[in-house]
Order: sequence, then structure tokens, then C-alpha cells
Amino acid sequence: MKKLIKIGAAVACLTTAVAATAPAYAEDVLYIPSLSYRTGPFAGGGTPNANGFADYFNMLNERDGGIGGVKIMLEECETGYSSKKGVECYESTKGKGALVYNPLSTGITLQLIPKAPVDKIPILSMGYGLSATAIGEKFPWTFNYPTTYWNQLSSILKYADSKGGLKGKKVGFIYLDVGYGKEPIPLLEILAKKMGFTITKYPVGVKEMQAQSSTWLKVRKDRPDWMIMWGWGAMNSTAVKEAAKIRFPLDRFIGNWWSGAHADMRPVGEAAKGYMAANFSGIGTSFPALQDVIKYVVDKGKSQVKSKDLVGDVLYNRGLFNAVVVAEAIRAAQKATGKKAITGADMRVGLETFKLTKERLKELGLEGFTAPIIASCKDHEGAGPVFIQQWDGKDWKRISDLIPPMNDIVRPLLEEAAAKYVADKPGWKTQTCK
Amino acid sequence: MFYRETGQFKTSYEADSAVFPILQDRIGIMIMLVIAFVAVPLLGNDFFLNTMMIPFLIFTLAAIGLNILTGYTGQISLGSGAFMGVGAYACYKMATFFPEVNLIVLVLVSGFFSAIVGMFFGLPSLRIKGFYLVVTTLAAQFFLTWSFNHIGWLYNYNDSGAIDNLPRKLFNIWISGPNASPVTNYLVVLCIVLVMTWIASNLVRGRIGRSWMMIRDMDIAAELMGVRPLYAKLSAFAVSSFYCGVAGAMMVFFWLGSAEVESFDENQSFLILFMVILGGLGSIMGSYMGAAFIVILPVLLRAAPEFFGLSVNPTNMEHYSTMIIGALIIFFLIVEPHGLARLWQIAKEKLRTWPFPYS
Amino acid sequence: MELLNTIFVAPFIDMFSAPDFLIQVLWEGFVSGILYALLALGFVLIFKASGVFNFAQGIMVVFAALTLVGVYALLQSLGLSPAFAAWISLFLTIGVMGILALSIERVVLRKLVNQPDIILFMATIGLTYFLIGFGELVFGGEPQKMIASELGIPSGSTSFDVFSGVVILEHADITAAIVAAVLVVCLGFFFSKTRIGRALRAVADDHQAALSVGISLNQIWVIVWFAAGIVALATGIMWGAKSDVSFALQIIALKALPVLVLGGFTSIPGAIVGGLIIGFGEKIFEIYWGGLIGGGTESWFAYVIALVFLLFRPQGLFGEKIIDRI
Repeated sequence: MKKLIKIGAAVACLTTAVAATAPAYAEDVLYIPSLSYRTGPFAGGGTPNANGFADYFNMLNERDGGIGGVKIMLEECETGYSSKKGVECYESTKGKGALVYNPLSTGITLQLIPKAPVDKIPILSMGYGLSATAIGEKFPWTFNYPTTYWNQLSSILKYADSKGGLKGKKVGFIYLDVGYGKEPIPLLEILAKKMGFTITKYPVGVKEMQAQSSTWLKVRKDRPDWMIMWGWGAMNSTAVKEAAKIRFPLDRFIGNWWSGAHADMRPVGEAAKGYMAANFSGIGTSFPALQDVIKYVVDKGKSQVKSKDLVGDVLYNRGLFNAVVVAEAIRAAQKATGKKAITGADMRVGLETFKLTKERLKELGLEGFTAPIIASCKDHEGAGPVFIQQWDGKDWKRISDLIPPMNDIVRPLLEEAAAKYVADKPGWKTQTCK
Repeated sequence: MFYRETGQFKTSYEADSAVFPILQDRIGIMIMLVIAFVAVPLLGNDFFLNTMMIPFLIFTLAAIGLNILTGYTGQISLGSGAFMGVGAYACYKMATFFPEVNLIVLVLVSGFFSAIVGMFFGLPSLRIKGFYLVVTTLAAQFFLTWSFNHIGWLYNYNDSGAIDNLPRKLFNIWISGPNASPVTNYLVVLCIVLVMTWIASNLVRGRIGRSWMMIRDMDIAAELMGVRPLYAKLSAFAVSSFYCGVAGAMMVFFWLGSAEVESFDENQSFLILFMVILGGLGSIMGSYMGAAFIVILPVLLRAAPEFFGLSVNPTNMEHYSTMIIGALIIFFLIVEPHGLARLWQIAKEKLRTWPFPYS
Repeated sequence: MELLNTIFVAPFIDMFSAPDFLIQVLWEGFVSGILYALLALGFVLIFKASGVFNFAQGIMVVFAALTLVGVYALLQSLGLSPAFAAWISLFLTIGVMGILALSIERVVLRKLVNQPDIILFMATIGLTYFLIGFGELVFGGEPQKMIASELGIPSGSTSFDVFSGVVILEHADITAAIVAAVLVVCLGFFFSKTRIGRALRAVADDHQAALSVGISLNQIWVIVWFAAGIVALATGIMWGAKSDVSFALQIIALKALPVLVLGGFTSIPGAIVGGLIIGFGEKIFEIYWGGLIGGGTESWFAYVIALVFLLFRPQGLFGEKIIDRI
């Protein structure tokens, strides 16, 4: 009994101590929380991304001593792809002087969007999140460079259209049945009317991710001409396996950029040959920046990556690219404000002003890694192009040029969606751009 | 020495059956209330309020709800997460339909929707119990979460499929939405939870609560003595779901800010069940303790290594906390099936005679 | 009228206009039914002998499969040949399941003798959480590839041309069906013909009577949990061969509950028949009716069937009449 009381007292002390000491980090550190997930059904995607993200910053610390002479401090918080845990992570890290949040989850992004303007910390949902946040006037604090889901979908459809036309065809849309997967549906429905194809939707619940046989039976019944996938985690490999099983032609099956990772296709191997996916970040380690990462971080054992071969994977490079954008924005913010240690609000300015031009990419050692991004106040996405990659049984091979999105169609729809989002939120802060 | 009832004479029946019959308890509860209403808002930072206090209070309410059903009426349920969802979605829909109605009223009214749904899924309990009832409540769990996901009307056909809280004011102060300060959120939640705790503690001590406990202890005997199982069980389901529903609505509007279906999945139901088991079946006090334990333990575990200067991978910490919760459930079931509440009671009894064990 | 047509007529026209597809659907239903049945079998074994509803069966499946894959990776790194390493790791995994059974009995069950069933049930939920945390700590949370081909499970598929269409049978699925059948026959033989099997049935009938004729309850429990562990391993291998091994399987394992409600909690044939009914029903409903209400019905269909069933025949198809009825 006494023991119990003692333990209870100790716990109570610890609680108060922990609660009282959520410390704000010293001024001369760039503090970046990384909401990662290395456990749960989506760990297969979350882990490489988190590794790439962390390794690039570590490399900057090791090679350049940080950014502008200020060290970067990265803190990981495990979310398990759960939006509830994501919010907990957000709350527990925002007080420490966080510069920007990269949640790598549409669900978590949706939760954080309304909080960002209040806490004055921007969100960079790179290639995920709410498409409508591309409208900078309506969402001053949220960014989704290099392009949105909606624009990506239009690029994918363009590609499919170039391979024999979509008019009068049947397109199947298989998606993870959460906020992430449902996000592009409104655009899909509009484009279906515009481009003259019909769509069939195949939702896959998180719990059925690995038991998709009935979904694919339905695909077999409906016989669509094209399949487009918005999948994540264990869903991707299962879907491709099942598609191969029902003998769906895999060169008519395109995944989005979260459905085309090495981690997804390696377990399927030869069976997945021909499957395609969109991508916007380079594949492989043939870039000087990645060589630096290997030299300064991976070889020194400072990376969490399990083996060196995993460096240069699609999702590793995606995470690294995310870090590059953050680093560039920090540089821009330092330049704009003249301060070395910046705040979340300065970071927002940086995210609206950085210029990742071709020349700058070359300077960074990432020539040809991705399309240039020119940030602006109005446009928080950049409407960047994507390319299509194909699985050859062992590795991903880029098979198309950069495909620009149908921004002229998508942009007005985004404006509309943004206006709808803001409409039922009294007191929502917008901004006007010059 | 200080905690004893010597000299406190009860002169009326009411005084004898009061919730806190001992003066020291009343003082203690007063101190707790002062801490809750004054010290916590003044001293607590946003982190403390948002990751500990608010979820603690919200889950306490859900745990009280499940405790009424499982602890007091003996009907085990794995659907409490979904019933929280019903409350949350009902509140969201009402808030969009009636933007001018006071949000707190809406939160409370959404409990009624949850109660109706809970009663419907409670109907099979009239024929079955035990594991069989687990199956029907799981049916509720999976069917309801499926509905939240597939019925677009429930989430106003949002592109994201998620519901978000709508900023609302009360007396010109933001009480929900991103502009609401954690202190306001905390105080609103605290008031609702305290009032509902007070109601629950009186319900279980009253006629209806005693009929629940009779059903739990021996349903046939209860029926012979004139307790109608239909009425008792369905009322338990209704009250329980009402509490869960209000908790769910508060979760979206005063804590998370928005919610996807996943916030109401079966893991949520399990967590609430754990709170009830760890806290103590059939104890309101236990619901508080269980919720505090389950909510605060992971936060502590996450912060503890840093506090002691150790470096542990945050991912592993997550695994440790799952393991510890699992192990503690088994530990409590073996050592003290009545949970933390019982430990508290033992502590109080010891304290009465302390420091003279035989006085 | 339109509505009635889409609900009651159109699906059947669909079914009979493409009989090859219907056969494929039935086959897929059969395969998932077999796997549900295997899962339910693990539950039945434990329920029969100890009256414990073992919620942890699902995580035991995941745990067994992950141990197998993990041990294999370890052996492989020591330089053993794939097939040899696979079989060694299979036996080592069986050993691990034995240790697990022993420790569960020692640490949990023995301490909870004579507690109400519901307490034991909740203890197994605690066990589930413990094993989830432990498994993720040891094996990592990422989905792992099952070592199917190394164990000699054939991959690829055979197709038949029937009714001017094609039916594709995966070899892994056929293997799963055969393994399940063999397991059921073995367990049936074990229960009815061996001494331990008779002891198990005695315990199932009456704990105290069994104790009084000298049957050791503790020993029986270890054996039963061990048997359930082996069934879990078989389920894990079969399921893993279809898709990867990950913790998501643990949720699918909950489907065993409705299977048991249908089949009866204590009947081995019931588990099989219940599993098949759920397997067939789920697939057919999802394919032919699911589209009408937005799809994804597989997450709840089994439970709702069980709920309806409970109202009419609470003891299940093959269960014993003595149940908690009011």
C-alpha cells in the first residue's frame, strides 16, 4: 500500500514537472517538428519519408552547420497516421517555437488547417492535404507545393488521354476510404463530364486494405478501361497483386504519387511489372545532394535508415524534397526578415517568397530532381507538373515527360472549393495579395 | 489523524446518505474544485490543457457513460466509440442547421440522438447477454462507422469527408473553433462534465440506478421483485449512450477541432472500456481515475525519457505504452478487479486509522 | 417498382447472365470463408476447454506469422538455404507459440481461475494490447512479406474456361483450403480418439468433475492454448500468402465473432460452416448489392447477419442449448 502511495506521488510529481516544463528552445535553433509514423499499417510509407526528411536536415547540420549559421533541430513525434495522435503531437510541440508542420497525412492536415492562423505556424502539406488550400488568399497559412491532388489527377488523366483517348471510356477510381482518398472525387466527377468518360468508384476501407478481393471482383465485373488509384500503405501492394490476379492489364493502372513507392512494389516484384504511378521527385541517388546525404549522414550511422540501399527510394526522396522546400523557405525567410533565428510567422513569409529555380536546384545539387517551384502569395501550390513512372519488376523507371496539369480548369474549381470551406467559418482570416 | 469521522453526528436521513458524508471529504472536494476552476486555468499552459486536462475530462464523461452500462448494469459494450460518433455527427449537423442556437445546448441535445441510436442497438440485450452482446455492440460499432463514412449528408458532403467544428461564440467569447482559447474550452468542458457527473451520481443512487444494479447482480431475481428488464436495460443503454454522445460532441467541438471517422473506431471503444476496467467497474470516481490514467500515461511515457535525460526512440515509446496498458489491464484484473477506485477506498480506510492501526 | 427491381431482380439477372463470374465470386467467398473458419477454430478450441473467449486469437495470428518471418530473416542472415531456413523457422515458431501458451497460462489464466467469464474475456483484451506493443517493438510495424514460396506454398494460378468465361483459381488459395481441411480432420481426430482429447472434452463438459477424476486443468489449458497457437500460425501463413503480414490482420480477426455466433461457440463443424456462410454471404452481398448503398459493406455485413441470427437462434447452428439466455 505504501509503495502504491509512493508511486502515485512520484507519478503526480512527474506529471506536474512535465506539464510545467514544455520548454521553448533557445533562440538560436531552427526547431522543426516532424510528425512521422513508423508504426501501424502505414509505416511502410511513413518510415522512408521520415528518414529522407530527417537525413537532409542532418546533412545540412553536418555539412553547412545548419541554415544561415543556425542549427536545425528536428523532433519526431509518432502519429501512427492517426489524426487524433497528430493533434496531440501538434499541441505538444507548437509551444517550442515550431517553424512549420509537415504532417504527411491528409487527415492530420485537415485538423491543423484551422489552427495554423491562430498559432501563427504555417503548414506545408507537400503533395497532400486539402487541395483548396492552394488558394493563398483564402488560406494564408497553408501550402501544398509543388502541386495539389486535384492538379495531379488532371495530369494523370491527361496522360491516360494521350494513350488512346478517354472519351467514352470507363475509368475506375480505387481509393483509400478516408479523407485522403475522397479528396479528389469532386474534381474527378467534373472532369468526367468535361472529358466524356464515366467513372466507377471503389472505396477500400482501412480495415479491408489487405483483403481487397471483393473490390477487384467488382472491377472484373465492371471491366473499366483504366484504373486510377489513390492508395497508401499496405493498400498499394495488395491492390496491384489483386489486379494482376484478375489479369487486369497493369499498364492501364495508374497510382498517384503516394501509390508508387519502392516499399509498395518490392514485395510484389515481377508480378507488378507494368504498373504505373505519378511522381514529382527524382528517383535514385545520382544527385550530388543525395551523395552528400550518404557521405555526411548515412555512412556515419546518423540515419535511421535500415540499409544504404533504401536511400534514393521514391518516398525517401520525397521526404528529402520536403526538407529541401522547408530549407529553402527558411533561407528566404532569413533573407526577408534579416533575422537568423526565425519564427513561424517569418516562415510563412519565406514559404510565400522562396524561388526554387532551375539554377537554384543545380546549386543545391538536385538538377533535374523536380520541376522548379516559384512561390507566391496567391498560389500556394505552384501547379507543378508530374511525370509517370513504371515498375519494371525491380525498380521504378521514369517513362514520361513532365505533364503539366490542366490548371485552367482546376484553378477555378479550387477557388470555388476554398470559398465553400471559408463560407461556414465566421471569423476566418484571409489575406489579399498584390 | 486528520481524516476521521469522530464527532460528526448525522441527525437526518439526508445527511446520512449524502454523497460525501464526512466533513474532510467535503473539504477535499472543495479544494479539488478550487484547483480545477482556479489553479488549473491560471497556471496550466496550452500544452497541459490541450493534451491532458481536456481529453481527460472528455474521456471521463465517456467512461462514466460506459460505466453506467457495463459497471452498473452489467451489459458489456464495445460500441461506445461509435456512440460518441453519433453525438459528434448529430452536433455537427445541428450546428449547421441552427447556427444561431447556443452551442452548449446543441452539444447536450446531440446526446439525445446518441441515446436513441444506443437504445436501438440495445434491443438485442433483452434476449442475450455476455459475449453475444459484445457481438451486437460490435455490429453497432462497425455499422455506424461505415455510415459516417458513406453517408455524405452526415458530413455535409465535405470534400475531405471529415467534420470540423464550427466557430461559435457564447457571451461574445469564442468557445469553439480555432480562436477559442484552451482555457475557455477547458472551463466549458469542466462545467458540462461536472454537472453530468453530479446527475450520474444521483441517478445511480436513485431508484433507476438500483434497478440497474439489480439487473446486473441477478436478472431473474430482479424481475421477480418487479424490476422490468426492458425498462431497466433500455434506460441504461439510453443514458450510457447519452453520456458517450455528449462526450463525442465535446471531443470534436472543444478539443480536436475536427474529426474523421477514425476518431470513433473500435480502438476508441476499447480505450474507453480500459478506462472503465482500470478505474473500477461500477464507480463514478473510478471513471475519473481510469480516464486520467489512460489519457495521461502515454503523454507521460512520451515525456519521461526526455525528462530523465535518456534518449528513447519515440516510436518505441509508443510500443512501450501499448504494452504497459495491456499488462496493467491484466495486472488489475488479477490483483484488484475493482480497479483504482477500490485502491483509493482502501487508502482512505487506512488513512482513517493512521497512525494507530488499531484505534 | 424501380427500387424493387434493383434490389430483388437485377442482382439475380446479373448473377445468371455471367455464371463464370458468379463461380469466381463463390470461390473467393469460399477462400475467405476458409480463413474465417480457421480463425474461428482457434477461438472454439480455447472456448471449449476453458470457457474463455480468447479475444487475443487475432493478434496471436499476427504474432505467429511475424515470428515466422522474423526468425526466417535471422536464419537467412546466418547463411542457411531458403527452404531449410524456412522449415527450421517454422518449427522454432511452433516452439515460440508453445512458450507463449505456457506463459499465458502461468501469468494470466492460473491467476484468474474462478473469475467470471467476462473478466477473463477482458484479460484477453489486455493480452491483445500487450502482444500488439510487444510485436511492434520486436518486429517493427511495417507489413512483412510472408515466406510462402520458401515454405513450398505454390504461387501462380490455374484458370478454367467455363460458361464462355474464365475462372481463376490461385494456387495459394487451393493450398489454404487443403491445409484447413487437414487441420480440421487432425483436430477432430485429436479430440475424439486420443487420451488428451478425451480429457479436453471432459474439461469442457464440467471443470470440477474433470478435476475430480484427476485431469490437470493447468496442463489442459497449456495444451489448448498451444493448439490454438498452431492454428493461429497456420492461419497466419495462409493469410500472409494472400497479402502481407501486418497488424491490420488483427482487426479482420474480429470477424471470427460473428462466425462463432452463427456456428455456435463450442462446435468445430460450426466454426467451419459459420465461416463459409459469412465468407459467401459477405462476398455475394458486396458484389451484387453493395454498390446500391455505396460499397464497403464487408466491414459490417457479418456482424449484422450475426445480430439478426442472435434474435432467432442464439445458440448458433451447432451450439449447445445452454447459453446465457434471458
